[in-house]
Amino acid sequence: MRNRRFFLLSIGLTLAIASAPLRAQGSQKPIEVVASFSILGDFVKNVGGDRVDVTTLVGADGDVHVYTPAPGDARKISDANLLVINGLGLEGWLPRLLQVSSAGVPIVTASKGIAPLKLGSEADPHAWQSVANAKGYVANIRDALIAASPADAESFRNNAETYLAKLGALDREVREAIAQIPSTRRKVISTHDAFGYFASAYGIQFIAPIGVSTESEASARDIARIVAQIRAEKIPAVFLERMSDPRLIRRIAAETGARIGGTLYSDSLTDEKGDAPTYIEMVRHNIKALTSALAN
Amino acid sequence: MIYDALISPFVEYEFMRRALAAVIALALGGAPIGVFLMLRRMSLVGDAMAHAILPGAAIGFLLSGLNLFAMTAGGLIAGFAVAILAGVVARTTELKEDASLATFYLASLALGVTIVSIRGTNIDLLHVLFGNILAMDDPTLLVVAFNATITLVVLAVIYRPLVIESVDPVFLRTVSRAGAPAHLVFLALVVVNLVNGFQALGTLLAVGLMILPAGIARFWSRDITGMICIAVVSAIVAGYAGLVLSFQTRVPSGPAIILVATALYIGSVLFGNVRGIIRQMFPGRHLEA
Repeated sequence: MRNRRFFLLSIGLTLAIASAPLRAQGSQKPIEVVASFSILGDFVKNVGGDRVDVTTLVGADGDVHVYTPAPGDARKISDANLLVINGLGLEGWLPRLLQVSSAGVPIVTASKGIAPLKLGSEADPHAWQSVANAKGYVANIRDALIAASPADAESFRNNAETYLAKLGALDREVREAIAQIPSTRRKVISTHDAFGYFASAYGIQFIAPIGVSTESEASARDIARIVAQIRAEKIPAVFLERMSDPRLIRRIAAETGARIGGTLYSDSLTDEKGDAPTYIEMVRHNIKALTSALAN
Repeated sequence: MIYDALISPFVEYEFMRRALAAVIALALGGAPIGVFLMLRRMSLVGDAMAHAILPGAAIGFLLSGLNLFAMTAGGLIAGFAVAILAGVVARTTELKEDASLATFYLASLALGVTIVSIRGTNIDLLHVLFGNILAMDDPTLLVVAFNATITLVVLAVIYRPLVIESVDPVFLRTVSRAGAPAHLVFLALVVVNLVNGFQALGTLLAVGLMILPAGIARFWSRDITGMICIAVVSAIVAGYAGLVLSFQTRVPSGPAIILVATALYIGSVLFGNVRGIIRQMFPGRHLEA
């Protein structure tokens, strides 16, 4: 009997202690933010800290270009206090999703104020690949979070300032790393079309292989063209990891003397165990892959 | 002009030379096997075996990635297992060999698909299915050449019993007991050559480079030696022309090779010396004594 009372008492005490910090901070819940893909989610996490609860529609390792929304996504959006999207046409699936989820959720376009580059005839949405643009994203997200929860303005401003300083350091790091590469070697052949902003900000040329679709099986003619192009333009490295067969890429490298680059992450972060769990780590990983392939 | 179209791709690009070397090796090993498969009315057995080795190769692939030796070993093990089990069932029960082979290869295929989907990476398996003759690195090329050599040597050893058993199995049984071992060794060679072929053409097309040349040869020669020679030559021609076709147009190389072989086959059906359709419509004068 005594034992049981002691047990109940200890539970009560534990609960009281556990809830104490919450009460001290004010009883309001963290604000619910939905980000369209993992990189934006990372920005929101860094600015919002523990005052926001972030969910991403397209999670780690997902492809934001071809995403098909699930019914649960509409619910996530209608439950949210803020929706963060990239804009520039990246989330082509979003307008229809917004029609079915209840309107009235404030939406912030993170790329607002960034002068878009062209990719073909349309705007290139991959603006986050330049760290300077990422700072713009963070500022937009900060302002939107403050508007959504004015009481936390102080905390958001501090977090954003710290994170922007980190991004500034990252930008310098990238520039220094690229300055190490001889200027004649600053070009790679790559099937990625996501590095337009990176290329124009940091001066590395990304040359697309001519007439090659990565979806279908390559013909002898495709391979011959890539080889001829690498030889003619003296391209020092190939980043073709999306091409079907790794042996084929090794063959191209052996034939041209070009170095094989590692994986470049463009549109999504990896999960915790991967090479690029956060935006900063993603940029660091990419720049390491580029410099180690292009160094003399 | 002709030089540009037919020879310069091979002079200029090493991957084309390697692809050609691989095709020649595959033709030397696979085409004679194909001739014997055809003579023994086992042409479709090749296809069934190709499906049977796929799961083994897939398991090897899942265990150690795109590792040549793991995939080859896996394919060999799965192929042998299916061939031997089917043979045992056929010789000890009422079920005929084709039926037992069909059940075992289907079971093997289902098992392979299950294992692959449990691991959840079936996208990469397309490499196994469709191979890539343009991606011949040193180890692959050596394995292909090694297997072709083994095939020719072993075939030379079992040639006599194999030929006699193909033509008159009852006679062979009365004079020798080499029939059953020769048959098993031959099945092993079939598996080796299929595994060989999927490195280059993928499991689905590997059978093509064995069976189609044999079909072509049937229309041009009546004796086995002649058939084997014609099969090898037409396989090499199909391989070379297929590579050129893939270089000049944009047809993927594996299908291009098989399509050229198909064209040769259709030509042979029509114009072949030995009971080709046109030949039968306009027979030559009868030789009279």
